[in-house]
Amino acid sequence: MKAPDAAIRLEHVSKAFDSRPVLCDVSFAVAPGQAFCILGRSGTGKSVTLKHIIGLMRPDAGRIFVEGDEVSALGGAALGRVRRRMGFLFQNAALFDSISVGENVAFPMRRHTRRSDEEVRERALRKLADVGLERDYDKMPADLSGGMRKRAGLARAMALDPSILLVDEPSAGLDPITSAEIDDLLLARKRQGTTLVVVTHNIPSARTLGDELMLLHEGRIAAQGTTAELERSSDPLVHAFMHSESGG
Amino acid sequence: MYKWLQTTGEGAIAILAWVGRYAIFGARALRDVLRPPFEGGEVARQIYEIGWRSVPLIASSGFAIGVVLSMHTRASLERFGAEAMIPAGLAIALIRETGPLTTGLLMSGRVAAGIGAELGAMRVTEQIDALEASAVDSFKYLAVTRILACVISLPLLTVVMDFAGILGGFLAERAITHMSFGLYFTRAFSLVEFQDFIPATMKTTVFGFIIGSVASHLGFETTGGTEGVGQASTRSVVLASILIIATNVVLVRLIFFLFPVVRS
Repeated sequence: MKAPDAAIRLEHVSKAFDSRPVLCDVSFAVAPGQAFCILGRSGTGKSVTLKHIIGLMRPDAGRIFVEGDEVSALGGAALGRVRRRMGFLFQNAALFDSISVGENVAFPMRRHTRRSDEEVRERALRKLADVGLERDYDKMPADLSGGMRKRAGLARAMALDPSILLVDEPSAGLDPITSAEIDDLLLARKRQGTTLVVVTHNIPSARTLGDELMLLHEGRIAAQGTTAELERSSDPLVHAFMHSESGG
Repeated sequence: MYKWLQTTGEGAIAILAWVGRYAIFGARALRDVLRPPFEGGEVARQIYEIGWRSVPLIASSGFAIGVVLSMHTRASLERFGAEAMIPAGLAIALIRETGPLTTGLLMSGRVAAGIGAELGAMRVTEQIDALEASAVDSFKYLAVTRILACVISLPLLTVVMDFAGILGGFLAERAITHMSFGLYFTRAFSLVEFQDFIPATMKTTVFGFIIGSVASHLGFETTGGTEGVGQASTRSVVLASILIIATNVVLVRLIFFLFPVVRS
């Protein structure tokens, strides 16, 4: 069954590694243009959820829809077509270290569009300018700081102007100022209508970005709602998480 | 005793499981090489990296092997007064066996280690996942291109090894007998036939497949960070070398069966 009303929908998704359950009967939906933040302690299945959405992992049970296409049942070229509508910012950016920063951003365009070399380079430069890295086209990823790598990763994730952006720990390993800069860039994407799914420990970041928050605990949804709803929660786990000093 | 049996059994199962996964990986590579997109640009880049950049290693090794083989051949044939056979003996030895096998083993050292480490590092830093997330078939783009480049490069490098070896043999011989270039090469190729050269050279395509597929498979399966990358690199060399030596026995037997002239 297709679900065109939601940009992303998970229905009763379960996943286990070596008989250790990581996701247990997880269901949620993200409306188009919404920013959806997944919170939780380390090892509760947040990144695994993102990888299921883009089809890097397959659920043991349940179904996953992206803009009406059942990602969990697709493979090959059909899955590729759905992935082209999504961007993925990895926790450590996962830039291809054998090519320059600019070529990292140009890579999806070279693969999936028929634009000329010049046009691809121009567009890649524009994407880098959006994240403040227009002078770093020819640098190698190893020459960038952690924050710059994240921004370059964001530029690459946005290379094909996807309608959905999946972001894994945007503030991990970054100082508060750089982290806020990344949040601003994500907010700019959201304002342009991109659907965001953001995995984070960082509560201030989730407050800034999230229209809706979901707290995962031991592979299950412990709470879901707006920031205000979760902050009012009397559940000790939710209360502890939302009011933790470090923000998570 | 029970614990020993359990450990041995678990080890045997782990080896069989790896063999099964490798067989599926290799079969998928054979299937995907015929399916579009053909990644021509990436294959060309890998042929440059794997093949062209190995030419200095292969040529210099071949030259040295030629010099040494020439000295050994002279020491043996001199006793029978058959020095005139030195160029032909050396050429036959190089073309039939020494050239192909040495090229395979040298390439398993240089290339298998590189592919295992490169793909292993890409796996643990999520670059392979990033390729998939960019809607690129990472298996075709990374593994099939490298395997194909190895399959194409090995026979060409074997030819380089053979000729460098014969050249080395010529210089060693010239230093002693002052034999002319023309006479040496006429004698060297006097006994070499099509059946000596083609099957022995083409068997290195199998060596290329082994090097590319073993190293790519171990790279793709890498876990455990930097230590895992190191293990993938080392295991790639060891396994590829062992498989090349073992497969060579079967291939030589097959060549003898298909080209009986080679036995004589």
